Amino acid sequence: MMPSRVTGFMKRLQLGRRGVIALPLVWLTLFFLLPFALVLKISLSESVIAIPPYGPLVEYADQTLHVFLNMGNYLFLLSDSLYLAAYWGSIKTAFISTTVCLLIGYPMAYAMARAPGRWQLILLLLVMLPSWTSFLIRVYAWMGILSNSGLINNFLMGVGLIDSPLRMMNTQFAVIIGIVYAYLPFMVLPLYAHLTRLDNSLLEAASDLGSRKLNTFITVTLPLSMGGIVAGSMLVFIPAVGEFVIPELLGGPNTLMIGKVLWEEFFLNRDWPVASALAMVMLLLLLIPIVWFHRYQSRELEK
Amino acid sequence: MRNIHKLSGAVAAISFAVAATAAHADEVRVYNWSDYIAPETLEKFTERTGISVTYDVYDSNEILDAALLSGRSGYDVVVPSTHYFTRQLRAGVYQPLNHDLLPNLGNLDPDLMSNLEAIDQGSEYSVPYMWGTNGLGYNVDRVTEILGDDAPLDSWALLFDPEITTKLSDAGCGLSMLDSGDEMLSPAMAYLGLSPLSENVEDLEAAGELIAAIRGNITYFHSSRYVSDLANGDICVAAGYSGDIFQAADRAEEAGRDFTIGYSIPKEGAALWFDMMAIPADAPNTENAHAFINFILEPEIAAEISEYVRYANPNAAANEFVSEELLNDPAVYPETDVLQNLYVAVEKPQEVQRARTRIWNRVKSGR
Repeated sequence: MMPSRVTGFMKRLQLGRRGVIALPLVWLTLFFLLPFALVLKISLSESVIAIPPYGPLVEYADQTLHVFLNMGNYLFLLSDSLYLAAYWGSIKTAFISTTVCLLIGYPMAYAMARAPGRWQLILLLLVMLPSWTSFLIRVYAWMGILSNSGLINNFLMGVGLIDSPLRMMNTQFAVIIGIVYAYLPFMVLPLYAHLTRLDNSLLEAASDLGSRKLNTFITVTLPLSMGGIVAGSMLVFIPAVGEFVIPELLGGPNTLMIGKVLWEEFFLNRDWPVASALAMVMLLLLLIPIVWFHRYQSRELEK
Repeated sequence: MRNIHKLSGAVAAISFAVAATAAHADEVRVYNWSDYIAPETLEKFTERTGISVTYDVYDSNEILDAALLSGRSGYDVVVPSTHYFTRQLRAGVYQPLNHDLLPNLGNLDPDLMSNLEAIDQGSEYSVPYMWGTNGLGYNVDRVTEILGDDAPLDSWALLFDPEITTKLSDAGCGLSMLDSGDEMLSPAMAYLGLSPLSENVEDLEAAGELIAAIRGNITYFHSSRYVSDLANGDICVAAGYSGDIFQAADRAEEAGRDFTIGYSIPKEGAALWFDMMAIPADAPNTENAHAFINFILEPEIAAEISEYVRYANPNAAANEFVSEELLNDPAVYPETDVLQNLYVAVEKPQEVQRARTRIWNRVKSGR
């Protein structure tokens, strides 16, 4: 009796495990791998005037199978400095935004983690609450704050500090403000999670051994919260590179980011293949930090 | 909400996926520009014919283009602008119209229709819905205050001349351009005395340089934000679509601003555009689509739409139903000598298209 029940249980367990794995597997195949393969396919085809506006990869005629792999779209990206400049512009903007997020987010998370227990939940809610309203509305609100006849300019001119409005809207500055504002919770939350787990006795030990507060922070707290810093930075940096809405709404004419260039290739030039090639390269660019992050995380777990 | 027109791409993608479901015998699916029909028109159509209307809207040609080119859009009637229409026609998007089902075709103004001969001879595939111009919207009071009474309100100089734009910009009077190489490089070429429809890349470059030289004075390049900004007084000169500028003027008046917004068709020449009703080749309800187009061609209906959207209709028989005020407004129904200076944008070959987008990008980003 017993052994058969045990094996039955084991079998069910295995089935359960497979079921648990199958769901995300199907999900990823359907919503990531398949679209990815489609984009890859379009990026290797040729642009034509037809429905759909790209040529076939495989053709069967005269008993021969023709396979066309057009590398031209990728080479084209190298031929014009616009694309490199746009990638660079995106990475630069994302990098600056991530740094600012970290500089603002770390003290916030630190203060939250050090706050008395009953305050922590309220502070946590305050960080997350803004994301309960639509992202788009919050970006529009920034347009109202930064524009020439907006809140800041009206106030400064009303007080008499400036005579003509400061130009903030439609600049790189506005884009960075927008991204920092929108992604700050993604920086604060992982940092907070790491900092609350920090063992207080380590800090007491450091203080007992005569370490000053700043020194303790640099040699104990900071290294121990490194995982949070990396996680938060990735969560801000990766979506910021591909960001389209914020630069579109807050950015100016000289905000050159890859999301916008992609849009232009797709809709204005109607060149789906080049647009797809652009998207593939962006994906590869983002893969580098993701792989690095993954490595870092598994090393952390091993410790 | 035109500001988020690029986002609406995603929304449109979803809506055309939904629209691509099975056809109904008594239904017609129309995909038209936003704010582009009178509130009672669709109801009247259903009352008259018993055909129910599924009505979706887009706010840029690009969105419609992507929907149509993906295939199986599921719509019966779509309304692209002329230059997009020609590209789509070549890609095989549309089916020929059955003129027997369109007895009201005869109502169309033959003079205006002659502009469309090069695009779709004899209305084989399309019928114009409304037409308008791209010109200059300006804050009359601010501009004359800064430039004096002899301000060139009827010339592209207001937007392209370095001296004039510097004066305006220095006075905190912002300028805006449409974010479209096609729609801005053509008037720049017209201003330079070149053909606005030139496919010569050097001409496009020259136009690009003209705009690049005054780029510092341009507040932004955007195809819809100027409507609210003109009305608020945030900017005071904008290149824009006639109907949008009238909307800005109305809003400024409603809000009781101390300035008025004017619209002019620059004397150097400006774009004349038509939005064309056409039936996709894979439309599920072809007959109902014809019924809808024929209904729009009725004089009273065309007049009613014009009255509401403030764009001119190409329906000669409708003129007696259009109010005097609208019919005599030279900004909506331009006089004959102005009409002769207008050009209809046509499709460009892929290389010219790409060169134009590239030049436009360089103009905007300085790269």
